[in-house]
Amino acid sequence: MSVDEKTVRRIAHLARIAVTDEEVPHLQGELNAILSFVEQLNEVNVEGVEPMTSVTPMVMKKRQDGVTDGGYPEKIVQNAPATEDNFFLVPKVVE
Amino acid sequence: MTELTHLTIAEARDGLKAKTFSATELTQAHVDAIEKARALNAYVLETPDKALAMAKASDERIAKGEAGALEGIPLGIKDLFCTEGVVSTASSKILGNFNPPYESTVTRNLWNDGAVMLGKLNMDEFAMGSSNETSAFGPVVSPWRREGSNVSADASGQIEGTHLVPGGSSGGSAAAVAAHLCLGATATDTGGSIRQPAAFTGTVGIKPTYGRVSRWGTVAFASSLDQAGPITRTVRDSAIMLGSMASPDPKDTTCVDLPVPDFEAAISRGVKGLKIGIPKEYRIDGMSPEIEQLWHQGAEWLRAAGAEIVEVSLPHTKYALPAYYIVAPAEASSNLARYDGVRYGLRENGRDIVDLYEKSRAAGFGREVKRRIMIGTYVLSAGYYDAYYVRAQKLRTLIKRDFEEVYAQGVHAILTPATPSAAFGIGEKGSGDPVEMYLNDIFTVTVNMAGLPGIAVPAGLDAQGLPLGLQLIGRAFDEETLFAAGQVIEDSAGRIKLPQAWWA
Repeated sequence: MSVDEKTVRRIAHLARIAVTDEEVPHLQGELNAILSFVEQLNEVNVEGVEPMTSVTPMVMKKRQDGVTDGGYPEKIVQNAPATEDNFFLVPKVVE
Repeated sequence: MTELTHLTIAEARDGLKAKTFSATELTQAHVDAIEKARALNAYVLETPDKALAMAKASDERIAKGEAGALEGIPLGIKDLFCTEGVVSTASSKILGNFNPPYESTVTRNLWNDGAVMLGKLNMDEFAMGSSNETSAFGPVVSPWRREGSNVSADASGQIEGTHLVPGGSSGGSAAAVAAHLCLGATATDTGGSIRQPAAFTGTVGIKPTYGRVSRWGTVAFASSLDQAGPITRTVRDSAIMLGSMASPDPKDTTCVDLPVPDFEAAISRGVKGLKIGIPKEYRIDGMSPEIEQLWHQGAEWLRAAGAEIVEVSLPHTKYALPAYYIVAPAEASSNLARYDGVRYGLRENGRDIVDLYEKSRAAGFGREVKRRIMIGTYVLSAGYYDAYYVRAQKLRTLIKRDFEEVYAQGVHAILTPATPSAAFGIGEKGSGDPVEMYLNDIFTVTVNMAGLPGIAVPAGLDAQGLPLGLQLIGRAFDEETLFAAGQVIEDSAGRIKLPQAWWA
């Protein structure tokens, strides 16, 4: 399978990365090089094989469902580019 | 006396204990060496004041007889580990001046044991790369030069000539250890990012079993593959450092609740009676005869030390790299979704929220990272998920099964080359076709896909005088056998003579 320019633009939008007209053909070439490299996986018969979900056989650890941390909103927002009263600021989302 | 920067961790520990020198003297020697080595671009952030304050505290603890396992040992930290109050960027513009209000479990463990932080080390952006060329801070210069090479540093610290890459993604870690700019460094490995740069720089690097080391507070690339480990100058030093980095951690659900073994004690075990497998599928077309010969030599060293060498088969080896380039980008596209210009890092304003996301991410991510996020987005998108992602995860099951079958035959560890070639020059690979660069990880990536431990140990030099490494792959949670066998290789090969400081 290979991707055309339209698909490159669609993927970029899904990935929330703005691309310029000049970048599209380069990205298309690079993505197709990778897709053609992974094509060889189709040689393998994977019928009846379970997809891996956990590389080490272990039961996932669980902890008590309780509040164990927190209470410092100023630390949470300290690296944000724009904040007000310990909230993150974004452009208006709803009218 | 040996220069303080040329000691091993074990020697420095002994010297500190015997009060031959102080932690402050040891740290100052490294601070001075780092200052003179800026041309290598190994450190992206030097923290000399913090280092000297930590060293002073170490000297006080040593005086009181309260020294920890790594007391006063100066280390470099890959910029992927979040360090409280010290800017951590994953060598990406998108994190800007991100200043973590928390400490990663790995670094917390090191400081609890008394280690000293010299600074943050350069790396490929978000650990995506095999040459350290994708870093937003520019490439790292390898301290190694080909024989007869004209690479030099001028009076202002500018590099002249085409220099070699240190490998990646932990390129700053490997270069700093090889150039004596720290006694050891933290590193991470998703497809070979500890073992390949270690092999390129004549250093030792171990990727432990998935789950041995906590991932908490380490910037995520591909969560089912990422593991942290050390890069050091000797096998013993790697054993010492991993013993401190590893721990159970309630903050990481994939980190196992197993006690950390005494790795250092394991190095003197030897390999007598062990069965070492040589996988025939690793004999790839076009492999250099030097690597082939070194591999053979490695097997002979282990045989001479009492191991039984057997040929084994890992039939799905060739599919590990293509499957990796589906699984890793898929996980990366999900992990890196958090960089949106809202909560931290770089922000480019837009006409609405989506425009803000798209512009911030376009400006903040480098080319390789964008490429991988887009591949990951594609293979997870509706209509392609089964054909790519599910198939790759099935391949992963088969790759792991290959190893399990070999271990079930009584094989204790597997010996392979660490890389298909010695270090290459900057700009030499991957400029046209990204896959050319990816092929560097062909021998290491299988290990991540199966979650197993792997160690790279320097084993010799090629005709151009550049180091080559061998890799040992172990059973899950049996890093001890890797340290034992790695020590045999180190003893047989002799320690590699690291380059003189031509850059200083």
